Amino acid sequence: MKSATAPVPARALSSISARSKIDLRLLVPGLICVVYVVVAIIGPFLTRYDPVATNTSQRLRPPFSELRDGSIALFGTDQVGRDLLGQVIAGAQISLTVGFLTLVIAGILGTALGVLAGYRGGWVDTVLMRLADIQLAFPSILLAVLVAAVVGPSLLNIILVLAFTRWVVFARVARAQTLAVKNRDFVSASRTLGAGDWHIVRHCILPALVAPVLVVATVQFGLVIVAEASLSFLGLGMPAGTPSWGVSIASGRNYLATAWWISTMPGLVLSALVIAVGVLGDRLRDRFDPNLTTR
Amino acid sequence: MSGYLAHRLLSSFVVILGAATIIFVAIRAVPGDPAIVMLGPSATPEQIAALRSSYGLDQSVFSQYLQFLIRMVTFDFGPSFRLGMPAGQVIANALPATASLAFISLCVALVAGFPLGIVSALRPNGWVDRVVSIFSMTGQALPSFWVGIMLVLIFSRTLRILPSGGAESPGAILMPALTLALPFLSVVVRLVRSGLLEVLGEGYVQTARAKGLKETRVVGRHALRNMLIPVVTIVGLELGGLLGGAVIVETVFAWPGLGRLLIDSIAARDYSVVQACVVVLVLGFVLINLVVDLLYGFLDPRVRVGS
Repeated sequence: MKSATAPVPARALSSISARSKIDLRLLVPGLICVVYVVVAIIGPFLTRYDPVATNTSQRLRPPFSELRDGSIALFGTDQVGRDLLGQVIAGAQISLTVGFLTLVIAGILGTALGVLAGYRGGWVDTVLMRLADIQLAFPSILLAVLVAAVVGPSLLNIILVLAFTRWVVFARVARAQTLAVKNRDFVSASRTLGAGDWHIVRHCILPALVAPVLVVATVQFGLVIVAEASLSFLGLGMPAGTPSWGVSIASGRNYLATAWWISTMPGLVLSALVIAVGVLGDRLRDRFDPNLTTR
Repeated sequence: MSGYLAHRLLSSFVVILGAATIIFVAIRAVPGDPAIVMLGPSATPEQIAALRSSYGLDQSVFSQYLQFLIRMVTFDFGPSFRLGMPAGQVIANALPATASLAFISLCVALVAGFPLGIVSALRPNGWVDRVVSIFSMTGQALPSFWVGIMLVLIFSRTLRILPSGGAESPGAILMPALTLALPFLSVVVRLVRSGLLEVLGEGYVQTARAKGLKETRVVGRHALRNMLIPVVTIVGLELGGLLGGAVIVETVFAWPGLGRLLIDSIAARDYSVVQACVVVLVLGFVLINLVVDLLYGFLDPRVRVGS
C-alpha cells in the first residue's frame, strides 16, 4: 500500500507528459458534463416550463410536433400537455443539485470521519469501521428506500438520505489514504519539527486526499443521480408532480402504448449523463490512482 | 481455519443484529400510526386502542425491541396488518420469486460475462475488447428501472411477444432477469478481463507458454483458475447489489417477490412485513458473503494456512 502511493512526483511527471496529446476519453465526457451543467443553469430561462400548467388540447403530442403557439416540441408533450423538453431541463436542475449537494455533504462528512479513524486509530477507528461494515451490509438502495420512507419525499430529504448512504465510501478511501500517508518520512519530519496534529492533517494528509476523493466523487456522482431517479420512480424520492427524471419516467409508464416518448426521453437524457460521468470517472481513476477501487 | 470461521460468524451476527436494530428504529420513525392507517379515519378511539394492544404497539419501545429480537430468531415477525396472515408466511410466499429471479440473473451474468471478459482480455484494446468495454460501461451505467420500462416498450407494447409484468406466463421471468442481470453482467465482464490480464503477465503463465502449451490450455488451466479468487470475492460482494436491484426491478415488472412486497408494505405501513423483508434480504446478503469467504479459502489454500 505504501509503495503504491509513494511516487507522487513520478505521477505528476507522467500527467505532464500525457498533457501533450489530447485525451479524448477525458475531454468528451467532460464536455458533455459541462453542457448538462450549463443547460441546467440557463435552460429555465430559455424554455417556458411551468410545472403546474396543463394544456389538455395539446397533450401526448409526439416529438417534433408543432404546438399551437408555433413553437416546436422537440421531445413532444406529456400527459397533461406540458413541453417534455422543458420538463427534462427542469429535471436536470434537480438531478445535478441533488448529485452535487449529496456529494458535498457525504464527501466532507466521510472524509472527516475517515481521516479521524485512520489518524487516531484505536477504538475510534474500530467503532467507525464497524459502523461502516454494518452499513455496507445493506445494499445502499435498500437503505435509501427505508430511510426515504421514514423521512418522506422532499428535495432536502433526498439529499440527506443519499448522503447518509454514501459517506461510507468516502470514509473508507480517506482512511486508507490517511493510513498510507501518516507514517511517511515527511510526516515524521514535520512532527519532529513540532507540528501538531491539526497542522499535520491540514498540510500533510489532506493534500494527499484531494485526488482520490475527487475520483471517488466523480464515480459516485453517477450513482447518486441514478439513486435519486430510482427513488423518485418508486415514489420515495422527489414528490410526485416535480419534474424529476424519475418522476417523469414513472408517469410515462401508463402511456407506453400511446406516447412512448414520455418515459423514453428523460431516460435517454439521464443515461447519457450517467454514462459520460462513468467514463470520466474511470479515466480519472486510471490516471490518478490505479489502485483505487470503488464499489 | 476454525478461528477464522468463528470470527466471520461473529461479525456476520453483529451485522444482522445491527441491521435488525436499524430497521426496528427506522420503521418506528415513519410518520403515521399503523392502527389509524389500517382502520381508516372513521375509527373510534376504542377500536384504535384495541388494535394497538392486540399488536403490542401500546408497550414500551424497549420491550417491543426485545420481543422483536426474540421472535426474529424463530422467524416470527408478527401478523401482517395488510394481508391478514403471519408476516413470516407472507415472506415465505414471496421468497421463491426473488430467489429464482436472482438465481437466473446470476446465471445469465456469469454465463455471458465470463466468455466476454475472456475474449476481451485475450486481445486487449482490439476491436472486440472495445465493443465489449462500451457494452459493459453502458450496462453498468443505465438505470435499471428505465431499462426495464424500455424492454416493456419494445417487447410487450411494440412487438407484443412478452408479458409486461406479473409471473403467470412462463416467459414472464425473461425481462426482469435480463434487466437485473445487465449491471451485474457488466461487473463480471470487467472483473474477468482485468483479473485475467493481470494473471497473464505472471511468471507461471510465461513458463506454461515457454514449455510449449497450447494457448487454450495456458488460459484454461493456468490463468483462469488463479483469476477466480478475486473474481469470486467481488462477485459475492456485488450479489448484495443484485438483491438491492431486485427491489426496483420487481416493482417495474410487478414481479411477486420480496422487493415489491417491501415497497408495497412501506406504502401501507405494514411494519411487520417491512421488518421481515429487510431482515431476510440482509440475512441473504450476509449468508452469501459468508459462503464467498469460505469459498475463497477453498479456492486459495494460502488463506486457510495464513489465518
